[in-house]
Amino acid sequence: MARLSSFALHELSAKLAAGECSSVEIVNDLLDAIAERNGELHAYLWLNAEEARAAAAEADRRRAAGESPRSPLDGLPVALKDNLSARGQPCGCASRILEGYRAPYDAHVVERLRAAGAILLGRTNMDEFAMGSSTENSAYGPTRNPWDSERVPGGSSGGAAAAVAGGLALAALGSDTGGSIRQPASFCGCVGLKPTYGRVSRYGLVAYASSLDQIGPIARDTRDAARLLGIIAGRDARDSTSLDAAVPDYEAALGERLDGLRLGLPREYFGAGLDPEVERAARAAAEQCRALGAEVFEVELPHTPYAVAAYYLLATAEASANLARFDGVRYGRRVEGEDPTDLYQRTRAAGFGPEVKRRIILGAFALSHGYYDAYYLRAQKVRTLIRRDFEAAFERCDALLAPVAPTPAYRLGEKTDNPLAMYLGDILTIPVNLAGICGLSVPCGFTPGGLPIGLQIIAPALGEERALRVGHAYEQATRWMEKTSHASPSAIRGQR
Amino acid sequence: MNDNETSRTGAVDVAYVARLARLSLTPEETAQFQRQLEDILAYVGQLAALDVEGVEPTAHAVPARNVFREDVARPGLPPEEALANAPSARQGLFIVPKIVE
Repeated sequence: MARLSSFALHELSAKLAAGECSSVEIVNDLLDAIAERNGELHAYLWLNAEEARAAAAEADRRRAAGESPRSPLDGLPVALKDNLSARGQPCGCASRILEGYRAPYDAHVVERLRAAGAILLGRTNMDEFAMGSSTENSAYGPTRNPWDSERVPGGSSGGAAAAVAGGLALAALGSDTGGSIRQPASFCGCVGLKPTYGRVSRYGLVAYASSLDQIGPIARDTRDAARLLGIIAGRDARDSTSLDAAVPDYEAALGERLDGLRLGLPREYFGAGLDPEVERAARAAAEQCRALGAEVFEVELPHTPYAVAAYYLLATAEASANLARFDGVRYGRRVEGEDPTDLYQRTRAAGFGPEVKRRIILGAFALSHGYYDAYYLRAQKVRTLIRRDFEAAFERCDALLAPVAPTPAYRLGEKTDNPLAMYLGDILTIPVNLAGICGLSVPCGFTPGGLPIGLQIIAPALGEERALRVGHAYEQATRWMEKTSHASPSAIRGQR
Repeated sequence: MNDNETSRTGAVDVAYVARLARLSLTPEETAQFQRQLEDILAYVGQLAALDVEGVEPTAHAVPARNVFREDVARPGLPPEEALANAPSARQGLFIVPKIVE
């Protein structure tokens, strides 16, 4: 029999209800899997093993006493990216500057998980302060891709995706500022959802670029992603940008067919630089959607080529302001200095890694006197053009289908010396953040070398139900996810 | 401050911007960032080719209105918890080097 850690959340929820397994057994199996494989993958930075076992025993006790479940997540473990605050736990953002820091409060999403009875299993590795696309920028060393340990898991939520794909987590919450949920989900063969800006409260998420950041699930399949979104979505007064819109029953939107849906293929997302295997898989997925009843046709998003440039000015400008708070005074690491300015400079020099320094400098430059209009303001206007591209496309179609990343997972070290080359890999995910809309990544096949490929489904603001509906119908027709739990190099032999 | 000098040369002065951002850099870091940021700025320079005349800037993708709440006191972090992560704290205060001589 397959081990418990290889099932989806909804499958285990059913097993718990049927008395076929206990929460303690599930948590113990995950902890065993972590003991077996985290040394190799480095997906987790910190484990909550004792508390998780105790919480599982408590959930089992409640169930045995005949109490009704608090939610479909009751008694089931979830992992958290290391930038989400959970009271009493480290929240280091994989940065030396937050070494020793313990969060004094719960993020909104963590409150929701706790109220749902979910168990917080541990904290997953990431690019420092979510700045990166490969998890190589973690101050604690990179995460490795469970399909090929010489390759990156993607980033910045690379630890979360590697944990879910490698059988070390059933699901995780990550954050996505320019693709940081969708791209690692694609590289590792999981489902990842970047909700609409404002759909999920950012309260308790350590800010990188506040106008772009959004929390979302990384899961084994679309049903689990829908279930998790239903728990974390909704208005929270502590994030003034969180939307006051009703939270639908996302699982109710999942079906088998796509009749009546109009799906656009953005011409610019299938352009130069796209790996031929990725293109083949994405086009085959579009054909599958057509076979499921959707109408599929080409659309245009003409300002796509400018998205990376606009993003790296806007995101870094916001980051330079957001990261001003790490000054060695109130929390984290301190390097003493002769005066406060000296203390700040030494603390930040010792505490931040190279990519964070690079982005702070780029952002401070884009905001500096004499350059603001030419860089920052112009980038904000380009953001408007990108947003309008999507508005025009969504007049003709209901959702868009595209690859998630131009290539499958690359080798560790392949892009670390060339930041610009790394940035260009975000071209297919960044526009969604700039426009504030939602994007879903679902597995759509493998390269001949056995690396997963992701299909991106882009929907308008608050169109999560539609994106999940498309993703689910596609997933049920292709069943790629059955090949993507417990990823390992041996698991993929002969699997195309 | 050599603000005007930076504006005149039209290129990023990494050492100057790093001071603005309160980051002390080694000479090696300064040289490396200088090279990398020049590459990045050459790339983002393509935005100059776009006609953005009359285009409104987007600060937030979702139309945001100011949100008010009732002006009532709510519990915050107790002082001891707010200070628990401080590298140096005494008598309910964060300790920093002397600011005024």
